Amino acid sequence: MDHLLEIQNLEVKFRLRSGEVTAINDVSFFLDQGERVGLVGESGAGKSVTGFAIIKLISKPGFISGGKVLFEGRDIAGLSIEEVRNIRGNRISMIFQDPMMTLNPVLSIGTQMTETILAHKNVSKAEAQAIALDKLKKVHIPSPEKRLDQYPHEFSGGMRQRIVIAIALLTDPAVIIADEPTTALDVTIQAEIMDLLSELCESEKMALILITHDLGVVSQVTDRIIVMYAGRIVEQGLTRDVVSNPRHPYTKGLIAALPESQQRGKALSQIPGTMPSLTDMPQGCSFHPRCELVMPICKEKVPELIELDNKNALVACHALAKGGAS
Amino acid sequence: MNTQAKPLLKLEDVYKEFDVTGGFWEQFRWENGRPVRKKAIVKAVNGVTFDIYQGETFSVVGESGCGKSTLARTVTGLLQPECGKIFYDGDRIDDLSYSQKTPYKKRMQMVFQDPYASLNPRFTVRKTLEEPLFFHYPELTREQRLDRIAEVMEQVGVHPAWAERFPHEFSGGQRQRISIARALMVDPEFIVADEPVSALDVSVQAQILNLFMEAQEKRGLTYMFITHDLSVVAHISTRVAVMYLGSLCELSPGGEIFNNPRHPYTKALLSAIPRLGEKKAKHIRLKGEVTSPLHLPSGCVFHKRCTYAKEICTQEIPTPFTAGDNAAVACHGVEQGWVG
Ligand SMILES: Nc1ncnc2c1ncn2[C@@H]1O[C@H](COP(=O)(O)OP(=O)(O)O)[C@@H](O)[C@H]1O
Ligand SMILES: Nc1ncnc2c1ncn2[C@@H]1O[C@H](COP(=O)(O)OP(=O)(O)O)[C@@H](O)[C@H]1O
Ligand code: SF4
Ligand code: SF4
Ligand SMILES: [Mg+2]
Ligand SMILES: [Mg+2]
Repeated sequence: MDHLLEIQNLEVKFRLRSGEVTAINDVSFFLDQGERVGLVGESGAGKSVTGFAIIKLISKPGFISGGKVLFEGRDIAGLSIEEVRNIRGNRISMIFQDPMMTLNPVLSIGTQMTETILAHKNVSKAEAQAIALDKLKKVHIPSPEKRLDQYPHEFSGGMRQRIVIAIALLTDPAVIIADEPTTALDVTIQAEIMDLLSELCESEKMALILITHDLGVVSQVTDRIIVMYAGRIVEQGLTRDVVSNPRHPYTKGLIAALPESQQRGKALSQIPGTMPSLTDMPQGCSFHPRCELVMPICKEKVPELIELDNKNALVACHALAKGGAS
Repeated sequence: MNTQAKPLLKLEDVYKEFDVTGGFWEQFRWENGRPVRKKAIVKAVNGVTFDIYQGETFSVVGESGCGKSTLARTVTGLLQPECGKIFYDGDRIDDLSYSQKTPYKKRMQMVFQDPYASLNPRFTVRKTLEEPLFFHYPELTREQRLDRIAEVMEQVGVHPAWAERFPHEFSGGQRQRISIARALMVDPEFIVADEPVSALDVSVQAQILNLFMEAQEKRGLTYMFITHDLSVVAHISTRVAVMYLGSLCELSPGGEIFNNPRHPYTKALLSAIPRLGEKKAKHIRLKGEVTSPLHLPSGCVFHKRCTYAKEICTQEIPTPFTAGDNAAVACHGVEQGWVG
């Protein structure tokens, strides 16, 4: 069966003064129509680079050094710049933590929206304005007619993020990649934006890749979770399974370290150390210096992502490989 | 809490404002055909009263801009309140001169959110940790100072052999350990920590929270812990103060506030926490838009967003009253029984 989006063995490198480093290593996953997938992990895990690589937005000193990104069956890597442009920001839209990555501070919201529509669709100016208004209504901006003439600085952070979502919707995308869309917002506003994204996925039949470090947020919004560590996928599964029964030692440690996992006032369970930097990647399983279950093989061989009890549950860990390790 | 106990810190009706009018010419506005000179005042902290008791972890929560950091800086004497009184261990400290403040600076220390910004990049760890000793314990010999540094570094989990390294050679978590070490150097009684784990990843956050809890147990420290992360608050707090636009909404024991939030804002805030594994939890929607501290609403500062608001809320400022076991709530609706 063809997936809407399929990432196969994606690899991204950065050319640093000290030499080449691999930021994304052998990353493979898929996304079906209308599906919501969470890409989680701590900072530096490679979530954003993965998001950017999907829409071929990796710029120097980075480059995609391997793998395929199949969108509706076609490899984006093999397309011309024109064709990629047509997919990016049209069929696949991206939302960032900072709304000002998308918004132009010196143009009114209405101008920005109609310009985007006119660039992508063959419609009149009046029609473009009608579309803009419709999308602002979809993201629940109060009195949208009045808001069209206003500039980004006249909106609160939460409202700006709504406008960015409205802009993302302009071209009726099949996929939205949202990179930490609520990380800079207060919890009450975060909850509203997450409600909005969920609602839109349903009403617009959009698929969502939600990139975040917040396990609580993904657990509320997504169908599946992909956990990344040091540039690789370490665990994948249905959200409810991963959250209630994490399998990989890192995912287990991450969930156990959440304050809500412990009784009040008790010492929190902690993972020792920190994530390695790209220039200092350990051999074998990159989690081994922090792992309680480390075995000799872990220091030599990178564990492959293998199926556990069902095809949705994948884990990269020697200790969980069938028949044990070595 | 132990209402008989003497408070270590006492705030009485504290106000702090900032004049954000800008330059001379920016103060003029055209109104009714002529220029009017207007000041823009941010009312960051508005009549806050509470006590912090010896040995407790007193948390202050609320969304960004509600005045948490301003409160922290006012308590530690970095800012002078416009109005109100602050007492430390029975002594009034808000109106002291610079030199009069010195003994209190040793007894209360501050830890900030961003260890990148709060550590001097040109100082080695040793130099950073030595400074407070020079200032507060000038009588110590070099050897005594180095012993003390090694001891505290050990306690916060940074290898003493790394004393000659610079901040950039450490990870974010390690840097926060060094900031905590700096606060502990002078053996304080009271630490005000402003979002000390907000910049850290979950696995590192757990390490640092454990360090705070350990240090408290070993040294009998009292904490004023400021954060916007409610799951952190739920874990570590003895009591929790909830702020909205510079005012205290609710002050309750830690367990109580999460099981039985009373103030409408506390209810909304708690319902919005994305909890692990509870898909699509219903949260309380606030009405209207974010209110600015430049134009504080009359009456209850929350009334424009409160779904329970009635006429009285737009006119009279609610004063905190005691509700249940040691809980104080500032809300007309809770007081008069129309907020359930
Ligand atoms: N422009 C760049 N140059 C060098 N390294 C980079 C660059 N962008 C990202 N990286 C590195 O790639 C890794 C993954 O980064 P990123 O995808 O941003 O992580 P995440 O989004 O999970 O926090 C990190 O180690 C980061 O330092
Ligand atoms: N030095 C300052 N000058 C002007 N306004 C300030 C200053 N510090 C804080 N404020 C304002 O005071 C209010 C409270 O800020 P702050 O105490 O930092 O809130 P919090 O820490 O809860 O996010 C905000 O509106 C902020 O913009
Ligand atoms: S492969 Fe080895 S080191 Fe890596 S997570 Fe599994 S047990 Fe731990
Ligand atoms: S005083 Fe009124 S407006 Fe304020 S929180 Fe209570 S019910 Fe709501
Ligand atoms: Mg990122
Ligand atoms: Mg602050």
